[in-house]
Amino acid sequence: MSKLFEETRSLKAPVWGVIPRAAWPLVVAIAIGALIYFGVSPLVGGFVSKVMLIVGINIVLAVSLNIVNGYTGQFSMGHAGFMAVGGYVAAGIVYYGSIKLWGSADPAGGILSIVQEGPKSGPLLGKGDFLFVISCLIGGLVAAGAGYVVGLPSLRLRGDYLAIVTLGFGEIVRVILQGSHDQIQPWKAADAAAMPVYELAWKLGGPKGFNLVPTYTTLFWVYFWAVLTCIAAYRLKSSSSGRAFLSIREDEVAAQAMGVDLTKYKVRAFVFSSFFAGVAGGLYALDIGAISAGDLNFIKSFDIIIMVVLGGLGSISGAVLAAVILSILPEALRDFQSYRLIVYALLLIVIMIVRPQGLFGVREVWDLKIFKRRGGGLGGSAGGAP
Amino acid sequence: MFTLSGVRSSKLTLAAMLVSGLAALVGCGEKKDSAAPAGNTGGSTATTPAPEGATFKVGHYASLTGSEATFGVSTDNGIKLAVEEQNAAGGVKGKKVELITYDNQGKPQESVTAVTRLIQQDKVLAVLGEVASSRSLAGGPVCQRLGVPMISPSSTNPDVTAVGDMISRVCFIDPFQGYVGAKFVAENLKKTKGATLYNRAQAYSSGLNTNFKEAFAKLGGTVVDEQAYSDGDNDFSAQLSAIKAKGAEFIYVPGYYTEVVNIAKQARKLGLNVPLIGGDGWDSEELKNAGDALNGCYFSNHYSHEDPRPEVQEFVKKYQAKFGKVPDGLAALGYDAAKILFDAAARAQSMSGKDLAAAINATKDYQAITGKITIDANRNAQKDAVVLELVNGVPKYAATIPAPKN
Repeated sequence: MSKLFEETRSLKAPVWGVIPRAAWPLVVAIAIGALIYFGVSPLVGGFVSKVMLIVGINIVLAVSLNIVNGYTGQFSMGHAGFMAVGGYVAAGIVYYGSIKLWGSADPAGGILSIVQEGPKSGPLLGKGDFLFVISCLIGGLVAAGAGYVVGLPSLRLRGDYLAIVTLGFGEIVRVILQGSHDQIQPWKAADAAAMPVYELAWKLGGPKGFNLVPTYTTLFWVYFWAVLTCIAAYRLKSSSSGRAFLSIREDEVAAQAMGVDLTKYKVRAFVFSSFFAGVAGGLYALDIGAISAGDLNFIKSFDIIIMVVLGGLGSISGAVLAAVILSILPEALRDFQSYRLIVYALLLIVIMIVRPQGLFGVREVWDLKIFKRRGGGLGGSAGGAP
Repeated sequence: MFTLSGVRSSKLTLAAMLVSGLAALVGCGEKKDSAAPAGNTGGSTATTPAPEGATFKVGHYASLTGSEATFGVSTDNGIKLAVEEQNAAGGVKGKKVELITYDNQGKPQESVTAVTRLIQQDKVLAVLGEVASSRSLAGGPVCQRLGVPMISPSSTNPDVTAVGDMISRVCFIDPFQGYVGAKFVAENLKKTKGATLYNRAQAYSSGLNTNFKEAFAKLGGTVVDEQAYSDGDNDFSAQLSAIKAKGAEFIYVPGYYTEVVNIAKQARKLGLNVPLIGGDGWDSEELKNAGDALNGCYFSNHYSHEDPRPEVQEFVKKYQAKFGKVPDGLAALGYDAAKILFDAAARAQSMSGKDLAAAINATKDYQAITGKITIDANRNAQKDAVVLELVNGVPKYAATIPAPKN
């Protein structure tokens, strides 16, 4: 708890005093996003920027899955399913929304979402950017809704059974999306504009995938969301809900005896986690410009699980570091050619033998000796388990 | 105690980070030895970029690992053979061709990074890839944005080339196969009354069904019955009985080989001895499981290794000598994509992306392994298709159906 008070105190310093506590994460997220987009990206060039972008999306995914798999100790294998829900919703809103609102599916963003390199001009935010931001939010909310619906019946289960149910959820999402109708292509935009929204909502391309979507995702937006996710996860960890999550992880029976409503808190963890997974799905779809349910299958879920386990279940900075390492590694190992994934897997095995609890265990990077001024507990800096 | 474990864990963390960091370094170091399977020492590109234009660099992104690895490997082999031949013949405009292949694990996101890396780090002049449409649709926009031409060897989804004028393909698109089936039935088999049996849950199958019906009606035939099934169905006897009652002379079955085997066996059991006609979804060795039930049935495909044309036979011979197996359709399409690129590069006014793309899009009547290829206004290949006849489950070359003149 001491850290919490400390933080509150620092907020009262005159410089920060003008910013309400609730707006704080937004300010930090915008600042870091802008720094990376305007400061770092032009220096490192297009390819490194692209890898950084994937790192950012993976940070959102890993940190959000950590809420379920790390804090609450549940084993979800359906994260890619939530990602697919959010991705399809966001892509659908941006694509058909652009056609409905201004008659064409061409990108209509401002400086913050221009994907090309070189000098950027125009307004900071275009009309397309507002659509993009709203679409990611709605994508996240729909995914959170899906998390709630899946959570209610299934989270009464635990362990392996829960893992199987979430795995099944991901597959159901995939099969349903592959059963959607053909997309209306950009050159038939007039047809789409004349169609009612409820009909368009199901024209998501089916097995061909949802394609030719205008792209808006840039480093600014990715790191904006990555920072927001990390701050939200950090604050959640030290909230009363977060402590309930941690207590469920340590011992469900004891937690229940202390009055923690298991199902309620498990569902809550799922809703938080799937919201950010949905947002990440939106960022993913609007980066590539296409989304295909067949590619967001359980293998993608496993990729995210590996990041969380490698980083240390319950550690935010661990998840971030693991997302960074595991996103860069496949690129760095590129020249092993077809042996690349064998080397990748070997590295994972070595790390897990050396650090079975993950890179950071349940601690955070600021708990390490070099950064530490005072002792912390098991649950990280927040004081952790009661 | 806590301090102690804290120290230990931080040391171990550092150790773990060192291991991964080291691996990354090894990865970079390795580049200097093993990278760039064909052509000059690609290693120096890591630090000092090769002098502009010393070689004609071609990038290829493919699924060399993952569940569809056979597709990527076949295509890559085809491309390698084309590069080798081109270099033996003096390269492109006097420059050696250098091929850089990157794996994408069959993932769209990795396709994006692989293509970005090919264009921005390795400075390739053109990109070849991908087999699967979903990956071509991920890599395509990058090529379009950065102004580098991309040729897809075998993505059949019509959307792929709609990305922009930098993207073209050397395979036919799905709707064309419906036409090929109809034309073959009407003109080679001389049948006028048929039925269709398709998978309504599958875009490929229902699309082919629609296109077949339209084409067959135009050629004067009648579709007397239209039956459908869904993913995972194994019993088709109800649909087949209905078709038998209508007196169809053939059945068009645009499904995958898994379904076709069952359909054929059940039809013969019902005494329905009419030929079944299909598309490239049939192309599999699994058809042997149907035994003689599929005798006298036909399907359309991109190419046949039994095609008597001399260039096909020469390609098959060279491929077999180099890789030890008979080239499949994907290898032939990969080879053709590379050949068309080299042909276009020789004609192009300059090596800029714009001129190169213009030359590719102007390809006309190019005699390729998979047929005579003309790139049309939508940057799709107008080309011939072959029809194969099944003899005890083994496909034999039957006919070539030329592209419609329009």
